[in-house]
Amino acid sequence: MSVRSSLLLLAGALTLQGCSGRQSILDTAGSDAAVLLTMFWVMLGGLVVVWLLVNGMMLFFHKLSPRKYDESHAQKLIIGGGIVFPTVVIAALLAWGLSIMPDQRAPGDGLRIEVVGEQWWWRVNYWPKGADAPIVSANEIRLPTGQRTEFTLSSAEVIHSFWIPALGGKMDMFPGRETMMSLHATEPGSYRGQCAEFCGASHALMAFEVVALAPDDFDAWLAREAAPAVAPTGDTAQRGAVVFQEQGCGACHTVRGTAAVGQVGPDLTHVGARASIGAGILAPTIENFSAWIYHTDDIKPEVDMPAYDTLPDDDLMALATYLQGLK
Amino acid sequence: MTDDPFARFSGTNRPEPNGTYPPTEAMLAEPVDPDAQAASTARMRKAWQEPKGFTHFTAVNNDLVGKWYALTAMFFMLCAGVLALLMRVQLAVPDNTFLDADRYNQFFTMHGSAMMFLFAVPMFEAISIFLLPAFLGARDMPFPRLSAYGFWCFVIGGIFVLGSVLFDVAPRGGWFMYPPLTTQDMGIGADIWLLGLSFIEVASIAAAVELIVGVLKCRPPGMRVNLMPLYAWYVLVVGGMILFAFPPLIAGDFLFEMERSFDWPFFDPTRGGDPMLWQHLFWIFGHPEVYIVFLPSIAIAAMVIPTVAQRPIVGYSWIVLSAVGVGFLSFGLWVHHMFTTGLPNISIGFFSAASEAVVIPTGIQIFVFAATLMVGKVKKSLPMLWIAGALAIFVLGGLTGVMLAIAPFNWAVHDTYFIVAHLHYTLFGGMVFPLMAGVYYFYPFFRKGKMMSETLGRWAFWLIFVGFNAAFLPMHYTGLIGMPRRVYTYGEGVDWGWLNMLSTAASFVIAAGFAVFVWDLLRPKRDFTGDQRNPWNAGTLEWSHNVPEEQWGVRSIPYITTRYPLWDQPKLVERMHSGRYYLSDTKFGHRETLVTSVLDARPLHIQRVTGPAWITLMAAGFTGGAFIFPTFHWYPPAIICAAFAIVCVLYWLWTVTAQIPEEPTSDVGLGLTLPRYASGPDAPGWWAVWITMLGDATAFASLIFGFFFYWTASSAFPPQGASHADGLATGAAAVLLVLSWAATRFARDINRKGYVRSAQALLATGICLTALGGSAVYLAVADLQPTTHVYPAMICVLAVWLCAHLLLGAIGQGYCLARSLAGRMTPLYDADVNNVSLLWHFIGLQALVTCTVIGLLPGWMT
Repeated sequence: MSVRSSLLLLAGALTLQGCSGRQSILDTAGSDAAVLLTMFWVMLGGLVVVWLLVNGMMLFFHKLSPRKYDESHAQKLIIGGGIVFPTVVIAALLAWGLSIMPDQRAPGDGLRIEVVGEQWWWRVNYWPKGADAPIVSANEIRLPTGQRTEFTLSSAEVIHSFWIPALGGKMDMFPGRETMMSLHATEPGSYRGQCAEFCGASHALMAFEVVALAPDDFDAWLAREAAPAVAPTGDTAQRGAVVFQEQGCGACHTVRGTAAVGQVGPDLTHVGARASIGAGILAPTIENFSAWIYHTDDIKPEVDMPAYDTLPDDDLMALATYLQGLK
Repeated sequence: MTDDPFARFSGTNRPEPNGTYPPTEAMLAEPVDPDAQAASTARMRKAWQEPKGFTHFTAVNNDLVGKWYALTAMFFMLCAGVLALLMRVQLAVPDNTFLDADRYNQFFTMHGSAMMFLFAVPMFEAISIFLLPAFLGARDMPFPRLSAYGFWCFVIGGIFVLGSVLFDVAPRGGWFMYPPLTTQDMGIGADIWLLGLSFIEVASIAAAVELIVGVLKCRPPGMRVNLMPLYAWYVLVVGGMILFAFPPLIAGDFLFEMERSFDWPFFDPTRGGDPMLWQHLFWIFGHPEVYIVFLPSIAIAAMVIPTVAQRPIVGYSWIVLSAVGVGFLSFGLWVHHMFTTGLPNISIGFFSAASEAVVIPTGIQIFVFAATLMVGKVKKSLPMLWIAGALAIFVLGGLTGVMLAIAPFNWAVHDTYFIVAHLHYTLFGGMVFPLMAGVYYFYPFFRKGKMMSETLGRWAFWLIFVGFNAAFLPMHYTGLIGMPRRVYTYGEGVDWGWLNMLSTAASFVIAAGFAVFVWDLLRPKRDFTGDQRNPWNAGTLEWSHNVPEEQWGVRSIPYITTRYPLWDQPKLVERMHSGRYYLSDTKFGHRETLVTSVLDARPLHIQRVTGPAWITLMAAGFTGGAFIFPTFHWYPPAIICAAFAIVCVLYWLWTVTAQIPEEPTSDVGLGLTLPRYASGPDAPGWWAVWITMLGDATAFASLIFGFFFYWTASSAFPPQGASHADGLATGAAAVLLVLSWAATRFARDINRKGYVRSAQALLATGICLTALGGSAVYLAVADLQPTTHVYPAMICVLAVWLCAHLLLGAIGQGYCLARSLAGRMTPLYDADVNNVSLLWHFIGLQALVTCTVIGLLPGWMT
C-alpha cells in the first residue's frame, strides 16, 4: 500500500487523539481552580437543598395538602421565601465570591507568558524575569509549579479565549488590546487547554497541551527550548530538511538555526518535542505529520496552510520524519 | 340651534363625553329590547365579517392575525428544533463527520437566532395580539393594520433568514455575532443576519407599541390599573422592555452593516474601532431579551394558577411590583455575559451583585404562585401539570444562574456546556413549559368547543419532561469536565462521548413529545360536553366570548369593577351578550372600540378600528425589499422598495386614520354620549407616536453612547490632526432645524385657533427649513473620510441618522400640509398635526444633540 492511499484511508478514520491531558474543572491541579472547585461544591449543596424545598413546597400544596391555608400564612411565605431568605443567602455568597476575585488576577512571581490567539493556533512567547527577548514557541504551554505565572493575552484577528480548566478560569483574547491573567499550578503533570470563544470554522480544533513542571525541570526545558533546532540525522530526515527548503515552508515557519524564518505560522524549532501537533489535536507521530501536511483542510477546515497533496510520497515521508525529529 | 351637528364645535370648543357614568345597577338591570338587539347584532356581524376566499389574507382582525402569527412562530420553532437535532446527531460520537464544520456553525447560529428572534419574542407578540383584547374586553387591538403589517414583515423576514440555511449561506458567526469574526466574514450570511433580523426587530417594536397602547387606552370602562388582569401588566412591562432593549441592537446592527457594506471601521481596532462596543450594545439588548422571553410565560402562569386554585391571586401588588422590578433590573445585568473580557474587578463586582439581585423579584413571583395554591383548593388539570414541570425545571435553571452570577465561578464555566444546560433550563422552564400550559389552557378559547386530549397531553408532557432532563442535566457535567460550547466535534481522548450520546438520544425523546403535541394540536376534534364558553371556570374576561365564535370579540363592552369579573360580577356575561353594556351597535357600519383614560379607565371616545386591506401586505412586501436587497448590495432596487413602502404607508394613513367622523358625538348606550374623534394625548395614535419615538430616541442614545465609549476607551479619539465637522455648517443646521421644529409647533397651535391658511404657510416654511437644515448637515460632514478612522465614521453615522429623521420629519410636515389642503385636517379634527408636532419634538432634540456632539464637543475634547 502506498503512503498516499494509506493517508486517504487515514483521512476518513482520523481521530483527534492528541488529547492526553486532563481537561476538567473537577480534577484540579492549581490553586485558583481548587478555590473555584470548593466554591462549586458549596453552591451545588445549596442548590440541591433549595431546589428540593421549593419543589417540595409546590408538590405539597398542589398534590398532598387537602386543606386551604389562611391568607396571613401566604403573606409570610411570600416575604420569607421571596425576600428574606434569598437576600441573606445572596449577600453571603457575594461576599465570599467577590473577595476571591483579586487573588485570581494577582500579578505573577516572575515568568510571564505571552499568548497570541491565531486562527486556529497559539503563538507562545516565554518572558523569564528580566529577559529582553522572548523564547518563542507555539501550541503548548509549559509552566513551573509552586509559583504564579502571568499570562499576557491578545489576538491576531478575531476574539479567542484562553482556558486551562485544571488550573483556573478563562480570559478572552482581543485583537488590538491586551488582557491579563495568572495561574498557579501546584501539581506537575499534563493538562489540556482549549479555546473557549467561538472563533470561526475550526474553533473546535483550537486546543493546546499544558505541562506543569517542577521549577528545576522547567528551567532545564526552557533552556532546551531556547536553543536552535537540532540538525537532522539520518538520510530521510536530511532529505526532509531539503524538501522543507524547496517547498518554501520557511516562508511561513521558523526553524531557528536554519534559513527558515517565516512568521506567519507556528514556530517549528522544537515541534517534534511537543505533545501534540495541529494545536492540540494530533499526536506528534510521523504518520500524523504527513497526514497533516497532505490534507490540512480536511483535518482543520478553512485553515490557512495549503494542503501539499501533490508532494511525492517519498518527499512527504521525508518531510514528516524531519519535523518529527525536531526535538 | 342649527341642524349641522358640527357647527356646535370648533378647534377650541371640542366635544366632551357627556351623560351618566358610571352606570347604576338599575340601568344595568333594565332588559334590552329583543328586536333592537337582533337588528344591532346583524349590523355588528356585517361590520366585523372577515374576508373570504383569496382575500382572506387581507384580514387584520386580532384573532386571525394572532392565530397566523402564533402558528408561524411555532413553525419556525420546529425548524430551529430540527437544526438542534441535526447538531445533536453530529455530536453523538467523537470525530463525527455527519455535518462539516461550516454547516454545523451555520446550524448553531441559526438555532439560537431563530429561537430568539423568530420564536420566543414573536410568540409573545402573537399570543398577546390574540389574547390581550379578550383579557381587556376590547373588540380588537387599537391598530389592527399595524399588527397585520408586523406579522407580514415577520413572515417575509423569517423565511428570508431561516431559508438561507437551505442555500448553505446562513450566518455562521453565532447568534451574538461578535466582530471582528463576523465583520471579516466574506459571505452574505452576516448581512442576512443583520438586515433580516433588523427588519424583524422593527416589526417587533411595532407590535410592542401597539400592545402598550392597547393596555393603556383600550381597557373596558371601570378597569382601573389595579384591576387589570396580570397578563396586561406583564404586557406593559415586556412592551416597555422591548422598546428600550431592541433599539440598542438596531443601532449596533446599523453600525455593523455600515462597516460591512461601506468599510466604516466601527469595530476594527486597526483604525480606532473597538469590538467591545458591539458586545456592550448586543448585551444591553441581549440580557433584557432573556426576561422579555421569560416574563410573558410567567404571565400565562399568572392567568392559569388562580383558575387552578379557584381563587384570586394572593399578593397582586407583590407580583406586579416584582414584574416591574425585573424589568428595571434586567437592564443592569448585561455585563455578566462579559465577565471574561478583562473588565476591571470593580465593574465586575457591581454587575455580579446586580445579577444576583434579580433573584429577589423572580423569587417573589414564584412564591406568589405557591401562596395562591396554598390558600386555594387545587383542581388537578393538564395546564397545572405543565406549570409544575415548568417550576421544577426553571428553579434549577435559576439556581445555576445564581452560581453563574458569582464572577469567579463564571470564569470557570463561561462558554462551556454548563452554560448550554443553564440557559436551556431557564428557557424551557421559563418559556416553553408555561407556553405549553397556556396552549392547553387557552385551546378551548382558541377553538370554541374543542379541547386538547388529556391522554395525549400527558404523553407529550412526560416525553418532553423526561427527555429534556435526560438531555440537559448531563450537560452541566459535560461542561464541568471541560467541553466548550459551539464546537462541531471533539476527540476521543477527552471522554465526552457517552455524555453526548446520552444527550443526543434524549433529544429525540423531546422531539417525540413535540410530535405528539403537534398532532394533538392539529388533529380534528369533536366538541366536548360541558361549559364550552368557560370550561375551566375562570374569572377573567376572555372567557366571556360568544360560543359559537363571533368576530366582534365582545358583543358589548362591559363595565368592570373587580379583578375577576366572571367570578365576582354576577349576570355580567348575560348582560354582555344581550348588548346591555357599551357600544353594542354600530351606527355607521364601522368597526369600533372604546378608548378609555390611562389610569382609571373612564370612557373617552369611540375609536374607529381599521378593517381588511391589501395595502398592509404591500407595505410589508416593499419594506422587506428595502431590507433584503442590500444583503446582495443591490442598492437601487432597495431604494425603490423603500420609496414604495413609504408611499404605501402614507396611502394607508391617508385613507383610514384620523378620518373626519359622520357626526361629532354618538350614543354608546347606558346614557353615555362620546366623541367620535380624538387628537393629542386622548388619541391612541398620539400615544403610539410617543412610544415609538421613545424607542427611536433609545437607538439614537445608543449611537451617542458609542461616541462617548470610543472617547473614554481610547486615547486616540479624536486622533491627532483629525479633521472635524465644519463648525459653521453645523451651527447653521442647528438654527435651521430648531426653526423648523418651532414652525411645526406653531402650525399646530394656530391651526387649532382657526387660522388654517397661516398654519399651511408655516408647514410649507417648515419643509423648506428642514431641507435647508439637512443640506447644512451634509455640508458639515461632506469633507470627512469615514473609512479612514472611527472618529470621522462616528460623525458621519450620526449625520446619516439625523438626515434619515429629517426626511421623516419633512414627510410629516408635507403630510399635514396636504391633509389641510385636502380638507381632511381642520381646526377641530387635527390629530395629524398634533402627532407630527410630537414627532418634531424628538427630531428637534436629536438635531440639537447631534449638532452639539459633532460640532462643539471635539473642540473641547482635544
